[in-house]
Amino acid sequence: MGMTMTQKILAKHSGRDSVDVGDLIISQVDLLLANDITGPPAIDEFNKIGKPVFDKDKIALVPDHFSPCKDIKSAEMCKHLRDFARKHEITNYFEVGRMGIEHALLPDAGLIAPGEIIIGADSHTCTYGALNALGTGVGQTDVGAAMASGTTWFKVPKAIKVVLTGKKPRFVQGKDIILTIIGEIGVDGARYQSLEFCGDGIAELTMADRFTICNMAIEAGGKNGIFPVDEKTIAFLKERGVVRPWTAVEPDEDAEYDRVLNIQLDKLVPIVSYPHLPENTHPAAESNHIVIDQSVIGSCTNGRLEDLAQAAEVLKGHKVHPHVRCIIIPATQEIYKKAMALGYIDTFIDAGAAVSTPTCGPCLGGYMGILAHGERAISTTNRNFRGRMGHVDSEVYLASPYTAAASAVLGYIADPGEVLK
Amino acid sequence: MSKVWRYGDHIDTDVIIPARYLNIADFEELAEHAMEDIDTSFAPNVKDQDIIVAGRNFGCGSSREHAPIVLQKKGIKCIIADSFARIFYRNAINIGLPVLEIGKEVEKIEAGDELDVDVFSGEIKIVNKGITIHTNPLPEFVQKIADAGGLINYVKGEH
Repeated sequence: MGMTMTQKILAKHSGRDSVDVGDLIISQVDLLLANDITGPPAIDEFNKIGKPVFDKDKIALVPDHFSPCKDIKSAEMCKHLRDFARKHEITNYFEVGRMGIEHALLPDAGLIAPGEIIIGADSHTCTYGALNALGTGVGQTDVGAAMASGTTWFKVPKAIKVVLTGKKPRFVQGKDIILTIIGEIGVDGARYQSLEFCGDGIAELTMADRFTICNMAIEAGGKNGIFPVDEKTIAFLKERGVVRPWTAVEPDEDAEYDRVLNIQLDKLVPIVSYPHLPENTHPAAESNHIVIDQSVIGSCTNGRLEDLAQAAEVLKGHKVHPHVRCIIIPATQEIYKKAMALGYIDTFIDAGAAVSTPTCGPCLGGYMGILAHGERAISTTNRNFRGRMGHVDSEVYLASPYTAAASAVLGYIADPGEVLK
Repeated sequence: MSKVWRYGDHIDTDVIIPARYLNIADFEELAEHAMEDIDTSFAPNVKDQDIIVAGRNFGCGSSREHAPIVLQKKGIKCIIADSFARIFYRNAINIGLPVLEIGKEVEKIEAGDELDVDVFSGEIKIVNKGITIHTNPLPEFVQKIADAGGLINYVKGEH
């Protein structure tokens, strides 16, 4: 029986010719990731083992969730992470001022290549599938153990084949594509499975679209999402200085899929996920003037340069509605700087938006934009669970940067076409 | 005998332990906020050896291991669900908190039921109803991790 892309990567990393669905395997890992929330307990677990780190070049530590530190408690956690990084001379520790949101930062830093396995103590580690890598979220104990062993255990997943065809319409981007998929299969529709993308529609997608799509594979319950390599992938890797050898992975023709989803990009529209599950999807145009208090544009899902370009396109020459706080967070320092050079930051500030240094802050209700009782936000982040961005009785609506920016201008949830004719 | 705390589908890690408390490094202190956004009566009233029973996709969302840890700290003996989100499932195993995935059989168990559960054989007795549910035992590899008391002990023992 043939293998999927994910299965091939797992077979290679476990020293086998092939793997079957359901096999429990011990696999090598190419990169480990932890942040300021999951890193400290991962370090504590690692210390219990009493061995040295397996490879100081293959551990990435990124204080991005509550950092720059929001209070004394988070400062203590970041210090724990920093002290460990210095003690073990961790090559890829990213300090405030050089740091960014982990899943935007690591690909941009050239730390991800096709065919590699990355485990991260953060559920959105699945983002790296955009580069034909197997990225998947695990817990801090997994990362702590792997810091010593360089290995982890996996159950070989089944797969869903997602066939993308056609061209995306004007205001449709990666976020609308993945929200459409989650709306169709539900928040556990890909549970324990890999989402394997294929089809001629892929050529139409930018790398930013692909990162956004893979990023939210977890919101369908997926173990990972993965794209094949094409010219855009190769160009990205070159630009990012990835010079180590890598091998692109393609699915076998007779690979087995649990189901096949056909997504015709031409038919998609801007989508909004209503509270309190990402599967509650509706066309933005049918949102019927739901009034908002806040619009957040950023995160590991939608904080890339292209996302900011889309927000700037909408906000240029417009003002944020008087009743709305619009908070825009470039995902990395490099993105921030480029956005400045391109005039996006001027556009944001002129429109009346707040612009922040990179942080996950508001996405998880950490800081930098917490919602009060009864408040409502539209956000380009990835989760709209109860209490996710603040008070347990606040609401989060998920959307693309186009839609979040248009809603910020109008003061209610709207299709981007309402602002940009 | 274990008392049942019964919850529905898609119980996410943000309600199991809200991120706003994740700057608390002490897990005992953190555990006082377990399930707070969905059930304020849980943390003050849960007893050692109680069991959580839930519907589909328990533990979806964030990879935070704090979620199974706070439930374990509050004395939860095991979690039984129709299905689990995969990161929560492996996190629970890695810390030695038994999780039993039993599909639709879960509908036989209600809030307040008294259970007698053998996590290794997979036998669940609903004592007050005289019903026994037979489920698949944990896979052998997973049982080894559980026997060792979690992944760290397992890794230590291996090397």
